[in-house]
Amino acid sequence: MRKIKSANDLENWRDEILARQQQYKTVITVCGGTGCQAYHCQEVKKAFQKELAKEKMGERVSLKYTGCPGFCERGPLVTIFPQDIFYQRVKVKDVPLIVSETVQRGKKIDHLLFEDERAHKKIPSARDIPFYRAQMRLLLSNNDLIDPTRVEDYVAKGGYQSLAKALLQMTPSEVIKEVKASGLKGRGGAGYPTGKKWENCRNAPGAPKYVVCNCDEGDPGAFMDRSLLEGNPHSILEGMLIGAYAIGASQGFVYVRHEYPLAHKNAQTAINQARRAGLLGQNILGSSFDFDVETAKGGGAFVCGESTALIASIEGKVGEPRGKQIHTVTQGLWGKPTNLNNVETWANIPLIIRQGSEWFSSIGTEKSKGTKIFSLVGKVKNTGLVEVPMGITLKEIIFDIGGGPQDGKAIKAVQTGGPSGGCIPASLFELPVDFDSLSRAGSMMGSGGMIVMDEGTCMVDVARYFIRFLKEESCGKCLPCREGLKRMGEILDGITEGKGNGESLALLEELAHVVADASLCGLGKTAPNPVLSALRYFRPEFEAHIQQKKCPAAVCTPLIQYSISERSCTGCGACRKVCPTHAVEGEKKQSHRILAQLCSKCGSCKDVCKANAVMVQ
Amino acid sequence: MNFQTVEGIIGKHQGKKTALISILHDIQDRYNYLPDGALRKVAQRLQMDLPNLYGVATFYKSFSLTPKGKHSITLCCGTACHVRGGPKLLREVSKVLNIEPGQTTPDKTFSLHAVNCLGVCAIGPVMMVDGKYYGEMNWVKARRLLEKLNNHRGGRKV
Repeated sequence: MRKIKSANDLENWRDEILARQQQYKTVITVCGGTGCQAYHCQEVKKAFQKELAKEKMGERVSLKYTGCPGFCERGPLVTIFPQDIFYQRVKVKDVPLIVSETVQRGKKIDHLLFEDERAHKKIPSARDIPFYRAQMRLLLSNNDLIDPTRVEDYVAKGGYQSLAKALLQMTPSEVIKEVKASGLKGRGGAGYPTGKKWENCRNAPGAPKYVVCNCDEGDPGAFMDRSLLEGNPHSILEGMLIGAYAIGASQGFVYVRHEYPLAHKNAQTAINQARRAGLLGQNILGSSFDFDVETAKGGGAFVCGESTALIASIEGKVGEPRGKQIHTVTQGLWGKPTNLNNVETWANIPLIIRQGSEWFSSIGTEKSKGTKIFSLVGKVKNTGLVEVPMGITLKEIIFDIGGGPQDGKAIKAVQTGGPSGGCIPASLFELPVDFDSLSRAGSMMGSGGMIVMDEGTCMVDVARYFIRFLKEESCGKCLPCREGLKRMGEILDGITEGKGNGESLALLEELAHVVADASLCGLGKTAPNPVLSALRYFRPEFEAHIQQKKCPAAVCTPLIQYSISERSCTGCGACRKVCPTHAVEGEKKQSHRILAQLCSKCGSCKDVCKANAVMVQ
Repeated sequence: MNFQTVEGIIGKHQGKKTALISILHDIQDRYNYLPDGALRKVAQRLQMDLPNLYGVATFYKSFSLTPKGKHSITLCCGTACHVRGGPKLLREVSKVLNIEPGQTTPDKTFSLHAVNCLGVCAIGPVMMVDGKYYGEMNWVKARRLLEKLNNHRGGRKV
């Protein structure tokens, strides 16, 4: 790989790459993201390789593994360019047909196209699919076009041009001014203004200074950071380079949680390529700016997403947070000024520098600028990653993009903000999604998880889930968090087991306020949010558990019973065969019964029943 | 046990203390757990106190101080998987393997892990078997998978 020593070199390199790409008449992209890997996209790609070799088309057709286009539920995803034909749920056996029909003859294959169930029509291009139509994909748009393991693909899309602009045409304070003017707020959860943080770090005394990219993404149900780092790692590096230049940092770290092996691998590959191209190292693009980046791995501790705990973890210590009287921008890694931003925040930087703060701040609402990526998951029809302008309503996201309920059950809430957030009831779905509105509703933006819940989700169980989660993840340093969450968990366990009494809820609320007021770090301070918001909006569900000893959503095992509807049962015997405790009895072709005293409530019978005859009450 | 490889792993990370977590991951990948001898070598080379190193090794959930099983079964306990039936799946897998999350079967065939989130939320519940992801799992599919793994080595029926 050649060394890029000036803006001119970068421009020439880009021209050469574009010229080389033109020799390909057709480009086939196969999503190589973790989601599609669960649907065995590797085998689909191999099948394409084999088929193209067999047809001797290797020179005319470019086959690419790309990052995640977001529509994970429909994977493996394959797109054929330039026709822009989007195939979903592609299997190995479909590959020869795609090559012979679509690649060679330009014909569309009907059964692989997305079908809009409401309009009863097939949609050939991804951008016309309702899931994508209402999105504004500024950060994710390149994910499905570039191979994340090839720096050339990123450069061809105008990559590293923002770096050239910042380094060669702007002073560090001009860069900070631009980021401040854009109104960008941190995407990791707290929503602190990014430009201000940079300025504080730049003004802090001490050297060397560090920048850190936080890809610990511990919030369960959120995966936008994984997807960005996995699918477009160079955009993160470019953001970090620009930030480091503005702040005056010489070393950066990308901290990736251990559960994201592909993101870590792709980030490391990108760093190695950027070093070889001279985009990391000394005198970058012929300027006097020196900067290098290393990766660091997490070890499965949620608390390490907190800035001071993450810093301790990079230093090779136990990931315990410290009090924040002194901010990390003044004293971070090894006591030196350290600027830590989340993956999505870094990904916004090249865009702001390239297109200007005025353009960026024209998107979104008055106080929340730009777009936000959400992971729309749970009980909704179209699940995946969606990028939308701030200020769009929850209803638009869940019903227009998400397509509404998954299996006919009414949607009752959406959980945002991860374990620090809360559940917002369906009656508030007209709420615009921005930092302030979500906080007012008792939840928060958080890192962007949006878990949709329907009638089959028990809100007491969800509250218990988050408290259990946080109890496990509490580092144990301060007492309110360590002991308080344990006791809150015990009360919630009792309620879900039908052992709640008249005092349970009052005690739960009292404890929640103590934990929130007296904990040391953000984990404890926000930990009671899921419980408080559930109590605020779904109190009758708690009361049903306590007073009637019933779980209205039929989730809490001690309070439910499985039975078989006599009318619907076809007597196929599938449930009887699968039942691990032999609790199902019945003759072939006759209605079956479940013996309550033997039933372990594992639900296998319900999983296998084709007639939908197994009921839970 | 010969810990030559540990030297290699530390060398690969240039003996940096910042790479400690990565070093421990690499050791665990190689030996399937963190052997005491390997930790002693790391402490010596990185000039760390052994108790401190043990503190790190036990703080982070990914590390195990006892040998893990041949097959690693990881169940995602993220919110998205939770609302789609993850807990039921975990309960049943745990029951049939007769071990709790974090434990290994006595015959060292299976280790069971429950993790906070694998980040594959759109297709939950998600199960990972030996590094391979499986989406939209239910107990019936999971049992078939476990039986297949066990049959490969002619073992007992799960």
